[in-house]
Amino acid sequence: MTDAHDLLFRTLADPTRRGIFERLCRDGEQTVGALTALAGVSQPAVSKHLGVLKQAGLVSDRHEGRQTHYSAQVNALAPLVDWTSRMAGFWETRFDNLEDLLNRMDQ
Amino acid sequence: MTSITTQTRSVVVERDIAHPPEKLWRALTQPHLMEEWLMKNDFKPQVGHGFQLRGEWGGVLDCEVLAVEPNKTLSYTWNHEHPDPAYALRSVVTFTLTPTATGTHLRVEQAGFHPDQKQAYGGAHAGWKAFLGNLDQLLDRLD
Repeated sequence: MTDAHDLLFRTLADPTRRGIFERLCRDGEQTVGALTALAGVSQPAVSKHLGVLKQAGLVSDRHEGRQTHYSAQVNALAPLVDWTSRMAGFWETRFDNLEDLLNRMDQ
Repeated sequence: MTSITTQTRSVVVERDIAHPPEKLWRALTQPHLMEEWLMKNDFKPQVGHGFQLRGEWGGVLDCEVLAVEPNKTLSYTWNHEHPDPAYALRSVVTFTLTPTATGTHLRVEQAGFHPDQKQAYGGAHAGWKAFLGNLDQLLDRLD
């Protein structure tokens, strides 16, 4: 698994954070206030989750007056959506198993 | 919904193995050995033979042998039918063995397409829902 995958998995492993990201994917751009109303956690917690999502490239922010608007950056998921990346990881793991097997086999 | 794409992509993974091609060939073509490193199967090294690979997660791959050149090349289809296109895949897997001074250079190429590729990239609603489902499954399998 590459570092990029690792970061995406870690970022989306948290259910609250994943919920925020899903909501942005589904409903488009939102303010922190609007996200907090439905997230079931405090506004500082939502802001913290948004910061982590931003760090992973999964959301971007836009300032307008005193409000910050967040939107999902779906392209950041491309490394996971692309089946070739997933299969490369699959074959690397299987080749590890294969080498183990060969070491155990008779000539 | 965006249209279904037929764009082909491929993935190549290569590795130098410290064992001769003949031994590696056995691991690639004998069902009880294939099961140990790949998946449960009813493989036979005969062109045209249809077989299945059964993953521990319950998934089944439908395969057909396309090419068999002992100790050199093995190729079969690797198709995963699924009503949810985010899980479906049509591809061909080709193993190429090249003898080296220390053993064998093993190369696998998987070429094909994911019927839902374009839709997933476009961020269509159904694609994302399916993707997040996949992600949950993947996360369950980590650790």
